[in-house]
This record gives sequence, structure tokens and C-alpha cells, in this order.
Amino acid sequence: MTALAVKALDKSFGGLRVTANVDLIVAPGERRLIIGPNGAGKTTLFNLITGEIAPDSGSIVLFGRDITRAACRRRAHLGLARTYQIITLFPHDTILRNVTLALLGLSPLRWNVLADLDGQTDLVDRARRALAKVGLEHIAERPLAQTSYGERRRVEIAMALAQEPKLLLLDEPFAGLSIDERRDVQKLLQAIPRAVTVVMIEHNMDVALELADRITLLHFGEVVVEGTRAEVVADPRTREVYLGG
Amino acid sequence: MRVLTPQRTAIALALLALLSLPYWVGGTYYINIASQILLWAVLALALNVLVGYAGLTSLGHAGLFAVSGYTAALLLGAGYGHLAACLAALVVTVAVSKVFAVLSLRATGIGFLMITLAIGQILWGIAYRWASLTNGDNGINVSTRPAPFGLGLSAAPAFYYATLVVFLAAVVTMAVFARSPFGASLAGTRDQPRRMTALGYNVWLIRYLAIVFSGFWSGVAGLLFLYYNQFISPQVSALTTSAEALLMVISGGSATLLGPIFGAAIVVIMKNVVSAYIERWNLVLGLIFILIISFMPEGLVPGSVRLWRAGRQWLRARANGWAARPARERSP
Amino acid sequence: MSSRAGFAAVVAVLSGALFWALREIPWQQVPLLAVNSIALGGLLFLLSSGFSLIFGLMRIPNLMHGAFFMLGAYVGVTLLWQGVNFWLAALASAAAMAAIGGLIERFLLRRLAGEPLPQVLLTLGFAFIIGDVCLMLWTGDPWQPATPAHLRGAVQVAGLYFPIYRLVIVLVAVAVAVALWLLVDWTRLGAMIRAGVDDAPIARVVGIKVSQLFTLVFALGAALAAFGGVMSAPYLSVYPGLDFEMLPLALIVVILGGTGSLLGALVGSFVIGFLYNFGQVRFPDLAYVILFLPMLLVLVLRPQGLFGRAQQ
Repeated sequence: MTALAVKALDKSFGGLRVTANVDLIVAPGERRLIIGPNGAGKTTLFNLITGEIAPDSGSIVLFGRDITRAACRRRAHLGLARTYQIITLFPHDTILRNVTLALLGLSPLRWNVLADLDGQTDLVDRARRALAKVGLEHIAERPLAQTSYGERRRVEIAMALAQEPKLLLLDEPFAGLSIDERRDVQKLLQAIPRAVTVVMIEHNMDVALELADRITLLHFGEVVVEGTRAEVVADPRTREVYLGG
Repeated sequence: MRVLTPQRTAIALALLALLSLPYWVGGTYYINIASQILLWAVLALALNVLVGYAGLTSLGHAGLFAVSGYTAALLLGAGYGHLAACLAALVVTVAVSKVFAVLSLRATGIGFLMITLAIGQILWGIAYRWASLTNGDNGINVSTRPAPFGLGLSAAPAFYYATLVVFLAAVVTMAVFARSPFGASLAGTRDQPRRMTALGYNVWLIRYLAIVFSGFWSGVAGLLFLYYNQFISPQVSALTTSAEALLMVISGGSATLLGPIFGAAIVVIMKNVVSAYIERWNLVLGLIFILIISFMPEGLVPGSVRLWRAGRQWLRARANGWAARPARERSP
Repeated sequence: MSSRAGFAAVVAVLSGALFWALREIPWQQVPLLAVNSIALGGLLFLLSSGFSLIFGLMRIPNLMHGAFFMLGAYVGVTLLWQGVNFWLAALASAAAMAAIGGLIERFLLRRLAGEPLPQVLLTLGFAFIIGDVCLMLWTGDPWQPATPAHLRGAVQVAGLYFPIYRLVIVLVAVAVAVALWLLVDWTRLGAMIRAGVDDAPIARVVGIKVSQLFTLVFALGAALAAFGGVMSAPYLSVYPGLDFEMLPLALIVVILGGTGSLLGALVGSFVIGFLYNFGQVRFPDLAYVILFLPMLLVLVLRPQGLFGRAQQ
């Protein structure tokens, strides 16, 4: 059984075909890197997989379960989590509350109108542990507005990891980080257990390549090259896409 | 853990003041003003659930307020008892809120506003034009106030205490709601609805339930209003009433518990004071709206603090600039 | 439900409702009702075309639009009382409202650029102010100027009398519609407006002075509303409360027809005109409420309106 099986996925906006007949098969535990120039349709592909937009045709199968028609919110309950290219955190809350909200999304507790959320020790402790994994537990009570960009990127990852997903989609996790910050995040990502399958979009090749088992190159919404790191790097089409050969 | 935190002391003092109000406020007129503030505060709190916590601004809440009042008034006129009338009013208001929710949630943001405005106008149109049902512009009179547990509410202090009980119940309910997981989910849908969906939340259902909850308490406020005035007319469901309620929420500062209460006090007091001197309340209402939105959109209290700080900084900068000049320039 | 199916469904239900209502009405009344309907439709178009343009370009429902209509009517009526020629009065009133609207946009709305909700509430505040100012200046009595002399009377067709003035309203509305269409589709200004409606930030990047366009369109909308108000005065009179009676109608027309679409405003206006007049005969108590049914219909079946674009 594959972790993720995307077949013949197609999406157009008006006359523009942003996703063109994309096939993507990811094995359980694999680390897949998706690369491509700006506008290649990488984030759109993620949005299609999470269900935030609906495909025109094709299918998406998650761990053997067809989720093509499944509502976006259902997919989180089926083990899918993602981070966003542009940081989309909850600006009026502490980072602990941010991660707690991520955990709450999968819990039946989210419909509870009587309990005190801060008093849910079980949930809050799990949130703290998720923050500890990204090295932020010492500032858990800090309001998001007072955190740095690098810290917020790590909160994004903590929120995704907190849900203990089976498939994790990372959208440019290294964007805008300094060299030190990138190294920290890299260590973080390397520490993710193989029980979690990871698909990552990234531009920063230096860090991303080391994490990847296989690489998919997208261009104008199409899969141009796919293979192991060595195969993709050696393929002449890769150079063409990036240098406009 | 300290028992007497500043916050708790303030709450205790406020409660004491409210409980003893009829004894120190100075007359029936002021007791009635207090009753009005409390009942409008309940509506403002209800509206704030949507405006402050859900991020959904409604201009149709006067319609829900009126549905409750009219239902009760009609049943009382048909000979039913107070308990039956009130229960029926709340049931009907919740049912109308459900329809309100389903229709208005077809859009968010400005679209939501437009739909709620239209629905509010429909309800006003029914109240105003369907004279055979609602008695149109003449309104409906209610001859008596209820007497729960045998305690008559016709006197001002008695009615004030009854209103206070309902008000406190509303405040406690709102506080519990805000702290709850559901309340946090609602705030989440305000800030990042897309992300909330990706995290597994059913954003539509969360908003739907919030609107129904808000509608229920609007209905409660409507009943208080009916019994306070012992009269209801289509004016209650007009756009100006929805606008006043919204003004209470934004002038006090939304997304807090105290904000709507302060806002209600500000608007009710202003309306009573202004109406004594000027006939044109709408004009004043409009001007206040414009001033607050243009200069203090976050609310009067936070806005005043901000302007005060900015003023002090400007004065300090001037003083420093003055002090930095050579001595001969400083003398007049 | 797909957009096409939604369009068909809305049209089907509305047509069905119209036919059902027609069956109950004595056929002798129908021609006059029809004329009244298209006259009302014409007035609604003058009211809602501006509203639709403002909403399409600036993305805000202008809650003072009804106030522009009413204030414009009052100013026009006052000019008429001074003996000014009807058309001059209408144009002068339109110009006055354009000035007021332009000033409000330039100095108050623009300060809140990028924040639609505060802008909408600002327009609401002004609506209240204008309403009370009108009450102060023109008292609470309704004003109904006499129909201009050269437009009085009726034409006789096939034994039935049709009031000339109402037909003139329709002609004027159609003329304005054509003029607006030419402006939007054929002039450079219109191209800039269309670009602004499609994508304001990109339009700015390309060099279009979107802020000035906003002021212009807001003023134009106010002018159209005022012109419509003056035209409606001899037919419907002017009275306190007219502003908040007309505003929801503009809202419904635009929701029904689709925002930013002049064709939608035209079609929507006439649909509402018919619904109101025929509905009034059938259900006098509920005529006002019946107007909102198409809005509800559209919201459920085709949220972007008949001619609006689907939301992404």
C-alpha cells in the first residue's frame, strides 16, 4: 500500500492549466521533495491534496483510501497535516494556544462549551511536548505577536507534528530563515520518525536535498522528472527547466 | 493562590455596586436607565459573539430581537400566560436564527453583512406592513409584567433586579463560552478559517451554532425590552436599532467581555442625555459612528488610551525639542 | 448545484411565480401594472446601477446610496419649486450629490482604504446623518412635485391609457443604461474601471490611478442615485424613510443580478419592479417581503447572482 497515490490530477483556473495530469506515488515512510520554478503549481498541488481546492479530474488515494471527494476537514482526521508557505498562525494567541488549537481540531472536545480549555491538562501537555520537539517550550506562554519569524516557522511545524499525522505536507519550511535557523529546522525534520511520510516543497536546495529520498520536478503544472536524488540531478531536463535551455 | 486578586476585587466591587444600585443611584429615572443599560448589554453581548468572536458582522440582529418581543406580545394578547409566551418567543427566535444562519452563511465578510441587513429588513417589513398580524405602526401593548414566584415586577427597582439576574446569567454564560474549547474554535475561525478547516474543524457548523447561540440571547434581550416598555413597535426591528447594537459592540471594544457592556452604557446614556436636548438622535448616532470608526476603531477605551499616550509622547517630544535649543532662544 | 443549473433554476422559479401571480389578476389591470412595473424597474436601475458600480469596483455596499437617492430627490424638488426646468433640476441635483459623494470618498473613505468593514459602517453613519438632515430641512411631510407640463397626460393604445411620464422614466433609464454601457465598454475610462473591478492591485501596478477612480465612481454612483430620485419624485413622492426603503431594493437587485454587472442591474431592476407591482395586487400586506424572495432564491441556488462571476 502506498502512502499517497495521486493519479492523473488535473486543475485549471479559467484558461490556465495549473495542474496537468500529475501522477505522484509516495511510499510509506518516504521523504519526497517537490521542486520546480515559481508558478510550477507546487502549492496548488498541495491544496488539491488537502482538499482546499477541488480537482477537475483525477484521483487522490491516502493509505489506500480514496479521498478525492472527501471534505477538507475530513482529511485531517485521516492523518493528513500540512504547513503553509505563508505563515498562517493565530495572531492573538500564545504559541502554546496555537498548538493547542491544532490538537483540538482532531479532538471531540472541540464541541465542548462548558469546560475551560486552559484546564485541559491532557491536551495542553501534548501541546507542550510538541513545542519541546521544536525547541520552543521555554517560550510557550509568549504571545505570537512577540515571536520572531524563525520561531513562527517552528510553531508551524510543531502544529503539524502535534497532530501525529501519517502524511505530512511541508510547504517551503525553510523560507526566509537564516543559515543557523535552517540548520535547526533541518535537524528537526531529520528527527521525524519514519512512521510519518513526508512530502516537502522547497527552493532551498542545499538543505532540502539532504532530506530527500526521491525528488519530483514540476514545471507548468506537469511532472517533468522524477527519481532518486542522483537521477534527478543528472537529468538534462532538470537543467533545462531551471536555466530555460 | 491569592484569593483577592485585583481582578476579583474589581468584580466583587462591581457586583456590590450593581446589587445596591437602587439605593444609591438617586431615583426611579436612573434605576430605569440602569435597567435599560443592562438589557441592551445582553443584546450587545449576544451580537459580540458574532462580531468579536466569530468575526461576522451582522446588521440584522434587531430583527431577531423583535421576533422575540413580537411573539411574546402576540401570545400575551391572545390570552396566554407569561411563561408560555416567553418560552414560545425563545423557541421561535431560535428557529428564526437557524434560518438566519443558513442564509447568511452563504457568504462571509461583506456578503454576510449584506444578507443579514436584508433579512433584518424583511423582518422589519413584516412588522411594519403585515398590519393584520402585528398591528403595524401602532404597535402592540402589553398590559402587565410577569410576576415570577409571586414577586411583581411593575415597580422600577423590582424590574431592575429581575433584569440584573438575567444580565448576570448572560455574562456568566458568555464568560464560560469564551473560555471553552468551542469558544476557542470560534475565535480560530475568525482569524484563520482556511487553516481551521485543514486542521479538521467544521467551520460552517461552528459558525452556525454561534449564530443560533447569539440569536437565543438576542431573544432574551428582546423579552426584557418588551417587558420594560410594555410595548413593541416596528421601530424596534429597524436598521437604526441594529446599528445601535453594533455601535455598542464597537465603541466598547469587541472580542472582550466588558467591551459590549461599556458600549451599551455609553450608547444608552448618550441616547437619553441627547434626546433630552436634541430631537435628532440619528444625526448624533451617525456622527459618533463616523468619529469612532475614523479615529478609534478598536473601541473607545483602547482608542482613548492610545490617543492619550500619543498625545503625551508628542508633548514630551516638544518639551525635549524646546529644552535642546540654545538658551537665548528659549526666552520669550 | 452548478452555475448553469442555478441560473436556469432561478429563472424558472421566478417565471413560474410571475405566471402564477398573473393568473389571479383581472386581465384589464395587467397592461397598466406592466407599465408601472417597468417604470419602477427604470427607477430601480437608476438607483442600483451606481450601487453595482461602487460595489464592483470598491467592494463595498454603499449603505448611503438610499440617502443619495432621497437627498437628491429633495434637492430636485426644491429646485422645481423655484421654477427650474425639470431636466435642469435633475442634472443639478445629480451634480450636487456627485460633489458630496466625491468629497466624502476623498477625505473620509479613502483614509480607510483596504478596510471594507469600517468603510461600510462609515457609509451607514452618513446615511443616518443625511436622513436626519433631510428631516430637519424638509420636515416630515411627503413632497410630490407636479409632473412636468410637457410630460403630462397619457397615450392611448388599443383602448388603454398609459401615462406618458412613466414611459418617459423607462426611456430615460434605458438611455442611461446605454450611456453607461458605452462608457464602461468603449471608453478608456471604462477600461480602467473594468480593470479596477477585475483586479485593483494589479491595475495600480499597471499605472491606473485606482484611488482617483474610486472617487470618480463613487461620485458617479451618487449622481445616478440622485438623478433617479428626482425622476421618481413626481411618481412616488419624497418622504422621510425613503432612503432606508430604497437601500434594500438596491441590495436585492444587485444580489439578484450579480455585483459589478450593469446587465445584471438592468435585468434585476425590472424583475423586482414586476414582482413589487404584481405582488402588491396579490398580497398587499406582504408586497415588501415578497421582494426579498428572489434574493433568497439566488442565495440558495446561484450565490453569485444571475450575471455575476463565480467566486473562486
